[in-house]
Amino acid sequence: MRLAGKGLIDRATTVGFRFDGREYSGFAGDTLASALLASGVRVFGRSFKYHRPRGVMTAGSEEPGALVTVGRGAAQVPNVRATVQEIHAGLEARGQNAWPSVGFDVMAVNDLLAPFFSAGFYYKTFMWPRALWEALYEPAIRRAAGLGALSGRHNDEAYEKAWAFCDLLVIGSGPAGLMAALVAGRAGADVILAEEDARMGGRCLAETGEIGGRPGADWAAAVLAELEALPNVRLMARTTVTGAYDGGTFGALERVALHLAAPAPELPRECFWRIVARRTILASGALERPIAFANNDRPGVMMAGAVRSYLNRWGVAAGQSVTVFTNNDDGYRTARDLAAAGVTIAAVVDPREEIGDLSGGLPVRAGARVIDTVGRRGLREVIVADRKGQVSRVPSDCLAVSGGWNPSLHLACHMNGRPVWNADIAAFVPKPDMVPGLVAAGAANGAFSTRACLAEGAAAASEALGALGRKAGKADLPEAEDDMVRLAPYWEVPEPRHRAWLDFANDVTTKDVRLAAQENYRSVEHMKRYTTQGMAPDQGKSSNVGALAILADATGRAIAETGTTTFRPPYVPVSIAALGAGGQGDGFAPQRFTTSDQAARDRGAPMIEAGLWYRPSHFPRPGEPSWRESCKREVEMVRGRVGVSDVSTLGKIDIQGGDAARFLDLVYTNTFSTLKEGRVRYGLMLREDGMVMDDGTTARLGPDHYLMTTTTAAAGQVMRHLEFVHQAHCPGWDVRMISVTESWAQFAVAGPLARELLNSLLETPITGAAFPFLSCGTVAVSGVAARLFRISFSGELGYEIAVPARYGEALFRDLVSRAESLGGGAYGMEALNVLRIEKGFITHAEIHGRVTAFDIGLQAMVAAKKDCIGKAASTRAGLVGPGREQLVGLRPVPSSREIGAGAHLFDEGAEPVSANDQGYVTSVCWSPTLGGYLGLAFLQNGRARHGTRVRLVDHLRKVDVLCEVTSPVFFNPEGGRARG
Amino acid sequence: MASLIAKTPCAGILPLKIGQLRLEEPAPAPITSIAPFSGKDRAVASALKALGLGWPAPDRAVTGAAGACLWSGRGQAFLLGVAPEGMAGIAALTDQSDGWARIALEGPGAEAVLARLVALDIGAAAFPAGSTARTGLGHMMALLWRSAPERFEIFVFRSMARTAVHELETAMRACAARAVVDHG
Repeated sequence: MRLAGKGLIDRATTVGFRFDGREYSGFAGDTLASALLASGVRVFGRSFKYHRPRGVMTAGSEEPGALVTVGRGAAQVPNVRATVQEIHAGLEARGQNAWPSVGFDVMAVNDLLAPFFSAGFYYKTFMWPRALWEALYEPAIRRAAGLGALSGRHNDEAYEKAWAFCDLLVIGSGPAGLMAALVAGRAGADVILAEEDARMGGRCLAETGEIGGRPGADWAAAVLAELEALPNVRLMARTTVTGAYDGGTFGALERVALHLAAPAPELPRECFWRIVARRTILASGALERPIAFANNDRPGVMMAGAVRSYLNRWGVAAGQSVTVFTNNDDGYRTARDLAAAGVTIAAVVDPREEIGDLSGGLPVRAGARVIDTVGRRGLREVIVADRKGQVSRVPSDCLAVSGGWNPSLHLACHMNGRPVWNADIAAFVPKPDMVPGLVAAGAANGAFSTRACLAEGAAAASEALGALGRKAGKADLPEAEDDMVRLAPYWEVPEPRHRAWLDFANDVTTKDVRLAAQENYRSVEHMKRYTTQGMAPDQGKSSNVGALAILADATGRAIAETGTTTFRPPYVPVSIAALGAGGQGDGFAPQRFTTSDQAARDRGAPMIEAGLWYRPSHFPRPGEPSWRESCKREVEMVRGRVGVSDVSTLGKIDIQGGDAARFLDLVYTNTFSTLKEGRVRYGLMLREDGMVMDDGTTARLGPDHYLMTTTTAAAGQVMRHLEFVHQAHCPGWDVRMISVTESWAQFAVAGPLARELLNSLLETPITGAAFPFLSCGTVAVSGVAARLFRISFSGELGYEIAVPARYGEALFRDLVSRAESLGGGAYGMEALNVLRIEKGFITHAEIHGRVTAFDIGLQAMVAAKKDCIGKAASTRAGLVGPGREQLVGLRPVPSSREIGAGAHLFDEGAEPVSANDQGYVTSVCWSPTLGGYLGLAFLQNGRARHGTRVRLVDHLRKVDVLCEVTSPVFFNPEGGRARG
Repeated sequence: MASLIAKTPCAGILPLKIGQLRLEEPAPAPITSIAPFSGKDRAVASALKALGLGWPAPDRAVTGAAGACLWSGRGQAFLLGVAPEGMAGIAALTDQSDGWARIALEGPGAEAVLARLVALDIGAAAFPAGSTARTGLGHMMALLWRSAPERFEIFVFRSMARTAVHELETAMRACAARAVVDHG
């Protein structure tokens, strides 16, 4: 019910919205919870396990009960706390875990079966038969239990991630946070003030007490106006700091557009911030905790401080006849504020015998307790036992409960610091430096009076300023209430006649915790997992300390020695969409495009991913129904005429310096200091552990100048390796290197007509004799200086021509059209792969990180006369010899039988089981040149088995073929075609 | 003989103007990486002085009438806009002109856009005009240079130009949409 004249809402602006299919209205400034409470709605959803009606209990992000699903279709968001969601035109929310409606829910039958659903029920019941767990039990349980659900569809709404930096991060904008930000802001520090709520001010907005002689909300508004005017202060409302991480880094979730009626599509819904702060003040306040008693989960049972918030901030009376149940003086504030607003106070039930002069005309029942509640879908009566055990029924539609307050110290614990027990307030409080550079102030530090909050906020800011090398000005603390905290710990009403809830979100009761203790889950961490207490979206904000107290009682220990549960990030649920912002679809990784990309696509080439690169698979022509026909034609083109392929993705590293030659001798197994200028040599590189890292060609461009090429896949790894070797092993050597992969567009021109094609566009033609196999040099193409290398990855007469990348597209188009006029054309990755398999050239399919130079038959390339990285390790026992799986070629018998990579090899006649495994297949192709399938494989003692047969079995694809073992070089083994 | 047509990395995708911010590709200019050989630091510095520049301190740029010299890594700088005269033999000189997509982001709020993509503090206090950093732009390695108070130049691998422009454009649009919400 809305009360006239109360609250900070804008009554001039009415906002319509829908909940569970019905139209409602509220005012600007309302949350879904306050607007629905004002409209008399009591049931917001159903509970996790027992499907009990759940109402709103709190006024903040700690809400365990009023969880709703917002939105429809792909964009629907489950488990939104109605206490956080602001209303806006077009808002559509639904209660959760209920069918057909939150008012009448078929699955509420679970509640009647409650005796079977105690902690550990599933563990004990669904053990056997084991096969049924995944097939039957788990799906059935998951359907019945749980909260909201995702749509399962791709949501393309915008989300965002961002970084922010500051001298001082102030978390929370209540009295302590505002005071801290003011002191630090005035002193000139870069301050970020982060507030979870849509409106800054914290408890200033929810209390009637004055600060500095005026209403708290007015004081807060004045401070905020001053802060807003300071250029060095950044106010971040709707921003929940969710986690504390190393180096003063905090995660924070900002609700950017979730409160807007029709946000622009580019406007992110949420932003996940990484805030890096030199110092931090945790002024996150405190969370009120419930008391466990029978049926304390009915809609209408609320936290006393929240009832006060709804009254003072939103002008909403949570009930018309309210009973207060409190073990501390703060609960009386709720009773007094309600009474002053004209709401009937049915009773104030206080288990304490001595309450001093608190009553002030309120119907106080000292020494009494609430032993039960009545009302199926909402509270109707509270059953109270007085100090002598006399039971009476108190008609009430709202029960405001306060079991004391727990400082919101979660963030302080995120780096595994443990808080300390403060017996005065019966709560855990943070210690300094649990997170380096972080200090708690105000209620988060256990200081509950407004005056103490203001003082601690100012003091924490002064201390932070000192650490930042700044001087704090004189802080004039405003006057405010400075009441003592008086509280008698009271966790549960003894011997409840029904279940008494601790965790309202996950349906965990005191009985479950006692059962856990009885079954020897006495550690709080075990209890938590056994009962699932604290594992719901609210992460036990309302229940952790209460459950700990019950466990302490059940195990005969004090609370402090029983321990605390571990608080982990995030403090509130964080959408994966925000954490992974920008990473949907293509955003997952950067895309790298070659200069010929458009030219390849123009020719209809399907692009395939090679690492981050996109490369053409093949260049289809009319009459070629699949890649196989295109690939065959392209291979034949290269073997018979001429082909052009973009090889720019191979890594290129420019290496210079007086020690460059020596350096290459160290990183390569073979010798490069002897390489003549204008020549190219194939090189093999090992890792420190002796396994092959990469291979490629390196050209000597000048006396102290080399150009190394790497494979596409290992370009980054090799660059890193070279830097490491230089910095760690030979820092004094005069060698400098830098990647030029992206500087040059490089194209392979291969085939018998390769030279003819090149000479059609080189300004000075080349001859075979003057530019023999493995030479390199500078040439001019249409006035552009280019580099020419005579190397071949196809086994044909081959060149690679490189031009500055700006000319790449033009040169590629030119080369391809010239090749076409010679009866050739462009060839893609498929043909490139076939050509190299026919020649037995290796790629990372073969040098996959577990093979040695010996295994691939290149032991002779490990120069005997010099040392190199990995040489010593490569000679370790077991890395050479007949026991090794060695590179061989395979030809199926008959050769038309299809084989595939990934298959395993067995002796002919041996059973194809892992004990008999002899090796595996790494690369396979259908060879147009040789008319059949070819494979490269690693086979035990393979080099000695050429000419024998092995059995190739692919268990996954059901292939079982006999193969002849051959040399891995199937085509032109003497190499005359490339050298000619 | 026909000449080869040169294409810049961002041809066809830049410039862009969103709100008060511009994203554009500066006119092509030579970029040479300079890595002084052992013991040649001073000689290289004087050669740069002769060009009206100097060897930049880590994370800094030296600008002159002819061009700029940007710190680009350990013992390495990028010379922008001028030929590396007088440095042959005393430093490893490598032409990098074609290796990088060079993108300029200019206008009020440029910092806020980059705060979506760069993990460094690029505020005016920590990263004033004349600063450079070898850092990440989203998932891409980048060289960042604040060439003026409201102008950043971003260098990413040429092949990643499209991704870089897409990510910058997304951040620019998000910031522009926020400005509409904040200021009506």
